[in-house]
Amino acid sequence: MAKAIEARNLNIYYGSFLAVEGVTMSIRPKTVTALIGPSGCGKSTYLRSINRMHEVIPGARVEGSLELDGKDLYAPGVDPVGVRRQIGMVFQRPNPFPTMSIYDNVVAGQRLNNKKMRKDATDELVERSLRGANLWNEVKDRLDKPGSGLSGGQQQRLCIARAIAVQPDVLLMDEPCSALDPISTLAIEDLINELKAEYTIVIVTHNMQQAARVSDFTGFFNIEGTGKPGHLIEMDETKTIFSQPKEKATEDYVSGRFG
Amino acid sequence: MTIDTETVQRERLKSRSGAESTSLVRAELPRWAPWAVFAGSLVLVGGLLAITGFSIGLFVVGSVVLYAVVTYALSRVVEGGRKATDRLVTIVVTSAFAVALIPLISVLVTVIGNGIARFDAEFFSSSMRGVVGEGGGAYHAIMGTLIITGLAAVMSIPIGLLTAVYLVEYGGRTRLSKAITFFVDVMTGIPSIVAGLFAFALFALFFGPGVRMGFAGAVALSVLMIPVVVRATEEMLKIVPNELREAAYALGTPKWRTIVKIVIPTSIAGIASGVTLAVARVIGETAPLLIIAGLTTSVNLNPFDGRMATLPVFSYTSYAAPGVPRDPYIDRAWAAALVLIIIVLLLNLVARLIARLFAPKTR
Ligand SMILES: Nc1ncnc2c1ncn2[C@@H]1O[C@H](COP(=O)(O)OP(=O)(O)O)[C@@H](O)[C@H]1O
Ligand SMILES: [Mg+2]
Repeated sequence: MAKAIEARNLNIYYGSFLAVEGVTMSIRPKTVTALIGPSGCGKSTYLRSINRMHEVIPGARVEGSLELDGKDLYAPGVDPVGVRRQIGMVFQRPNPFPTMSIYDNVVAGQRLNNKKMRKDATDELVERSLRGANLWNEVKDRLDKPGSGLSGGQQQRLCIARAIAVQPDVLLMDEPCSALDPISTLAIEDLINELKAEYTIVIVTHNMQQAARVSDFTGFFNIEGTGKPGHLIEMDETKTIFSQPKEKATEDYVSGRFG
Repeated sequence: MTIDTETVQRERLKSRSGAESTSLVRAELPRWAPWAVFAGSLVLVGGLLAITGFSIGLFVVGSVVLYAVVTYALSRVVEGGRKATDRLVTIVVTSAFAVALIPLISVLVTVIGNGIARFDAEFFSSSMRGVVGEGGGAYHAIMGTLIITGLAAVMSIPIGLLTAVYLVEYGGRTRLSKAITFFVDVMTGIPSIVAGLFAFALFALFFGPGVRMGFAGAVALSVLMIPVVVRATEEMLKIVPNELREAAYALGTPKWRTIVKIVIPTSIAGIASGVTLAVARVIGETAPLLIIAGLTTSVNLNPFDGRMATLPVFSYTSYAAPGVPRDPYIDRAWAAALVLIIIVLLLNLVARLIARLFAPKTR
């Protein structure tokens, strides 16, 4: 049940510091959207505001509207915990729970929220999620082993399995491959291609080839200088952004002339 | 101690002629050399002292100093300055460690040596009721210590744990959490006698002056234990990576469940051993219990009713005010000290066991 995201005039603050200003962006369901731009321009900040993870930082707040299939996520009375159940997230550094086995990591979303499930239903969910994350064959014989014993790339796929096990509508990924080797990166890129059949995916990446390989749409963020807020400069189909962008800054960035 | 002087000479010449920069091989003292120097120092100092009059302290110190000097000089000549410094510092560090160990071993040896005499079945099974002179035991004091310390732990662990959770997970930099941190620091430093007087004053308000009660002793111990538990737990909670909390939030987990199911389990090994060490720290407290729990000769298992004997107080009074004949009292004092040390040792073992059981596994 992939859903659409619609941001309108989003201003994102850390305390009094305006980190991202005036983002208006629509993201269609079942697409992969890549966010690119130089370091510190607010890509992670924007991404984290989509599932209301931004506000776990003390003093952090958001202005403007952000809609998930027409429902405002920042309307008064909306529970951020509920939002996060619908919008999953994969972080830059793989972060499986060290106290849990591979199996328990996959169903952590259910277990942590005390969802009662029958044993066979849980087994089925674990297998489905691990298959979905292309990890099943590598770990099916060691499901009771700790997740932290896996390689970095496997851990990251475990985190993806954990994120999709709660069946979210949207999957956010913040530089999911930046800590991984090229082979693991390829495995995750393939996975993203498969996942987009079912999920709306937003991925932050530093790697322009990666953006070109995996995404349908690309948004370019930029910043005028340190201390200034980041802006969404341009958003379009990935082909267009990489071949004939409208903005000079975008062209400079994707052709590697700055940043 | 024969050292191949020719090779040494060659090496030195080489390094002087600048060949050193191309060669990665450097002369090295043979492995037996330090041992030989050490044996030589022992013999030499021993011989000297045999003439002037022997003293064990002078013998050890003299040998070590001679050993350090000779090793340094030899190494400097053969191996060069960096290695020589390394050897010297190794000797200094090892000696410091040995010096630190002396009182520990001395205490153990003395307590075991003196305590073993009454470390028998009677000591563990009978109280001092009606005992004058020989015989008797510390059953009442052992039970008192277990009950009072147990009660103190039952009160301090939840309070300390929850305080630490508040400070790390909710407090942030609010004024309240700053104040709590400040008072916890102050409490860590208060003398134990003050804790005893506090409990005494508090219970005297309700039960009148002259109150004696095991439970009041537990309260006094809690005052000492809570800050230790808070500190230990706080440190452990702080080292739980923030990424794990965020991972849990991103799965739609409320904050309190994240704390209960992710943060605390991840740090439980450290918390458990910190708590056990806090228990070990208060179990030997004498002063507050002397004031508020007092001493009795018979078994009292009710912490809310009158005086209650404890091992430290038992040991102290047996030693400070023995009866006639004196020896059985002194023997019992040592045996009580030995039991206390064994309990603390067991607690440390338990802490290690808990830490191993709960520690996040990687394989
Ligand atoms: N926790 C934080 N508190 C205050 N400022 C922050 C915090 N995280 C990021 N920022 C600031 O917000 C801006 C955007 O950061 P970020 O979103 O991490 O950039 P990007 O992901 O594009 O590299 C930067 O100026 C950064 O210094
Ligand atoms: Mg970032």
